Amino acid sequence: MSPLSWNLILALIWAAVTSNFSGANLLVGFVLGYLILGFALRDVPDFARYRKKVPGLFLLLGHFLRDLVVSNLRVAYDVLTPTHYMRPAVVAVPLRAKTDGAITILANMISLTPGTLSLDVSSDRSVLYLHVMYLDNEDDLREQIRKLEDRVLALLE
Amino acid sequence: MINDLLVSVMLVAGTFFMFLAGIGVLRMPDLLMRMHATTKAGTLGAGLVMLAVATHFLDAGVTARTLAIILFILLTAPVAAHAIGRAAYFVGVPLWDKMLKDDLKHRYDPDTHILGNPDDDKHP
Repeated sequence: MSPLSWNLILALIWAAVTSNFSGANLLVGFVLGYLILGFALRDVPDFARYRKKVPGLFLLLGHFLRDLVVSNLRVAYDVLTPTHYMRPAVVAVPLRAKTDGAITILANMISLTPGTLSLDVSSDRSVLYLHVMYLDNEDDLREQIRKLEDRVLALLE
Repeated sequence: MINDLLVSVMLVAGTFFMFLAGIGVLRMPDLLMRMHATTKAGTLGAGLVMLAVATHFLDAGVTARTLAIILFILLTAPVAAHAIGRAAYFVGVPLWDKMLKDDLKHRYDPDTHILGNPDDDKHP
């Protein structure tokens, strides 16, 4: 069984033992389970990797939410003011993720973050085509996507 | 009291963003940019309204359902935007004339359904 399912089972056991299945208590159980697994099984490679993955997941979520708000404010400004400041373009961005899951998650996150919308993946999976709303600097854009891809890959591999 | 204030702020912000999504559809110059406006503003708006519901009721069952709704909006909105944007692009919906560049142009072969990549230019 994967470390994540062990952690979920520990959370359920905690909820059962304290006879309280509220969301907050399940979260407490999950955090406790995570700490116990991270400490007690720190020598098992699978669990050691899992210990590093969970903070990565929350970091990814945090970055994602911040990006979502920032992108909305910029689009909001453009929608409400009479002049259009858009500098749209379709850009090909090199893709390192090879599995379906990683590409799907990356493409979805790109669609929800600042001014980018994923259009398609080339048939050989080497390039992701994006529609960009504000192309200020193409290298900055590639750098931004590369960082996002790093975080997604760190979680999935 | 503080709870009510939080709920009101989130509701107002959420509806504001959904309103923006609607205006965006009207005001943006081409289809792809309209998709930008609806996916992002719509997602954030619906998400904020759902958070407001969870904060108002403060009940485990309601919170679980609102979180599930937010999760599914986050999963489905970008997929829909991608599908619509891709279909529109390949069908040939006119794009804004002020586009800076278009890397995707002529890369798709409608007969073989193979989508090439920019390296094709270097090794023809």
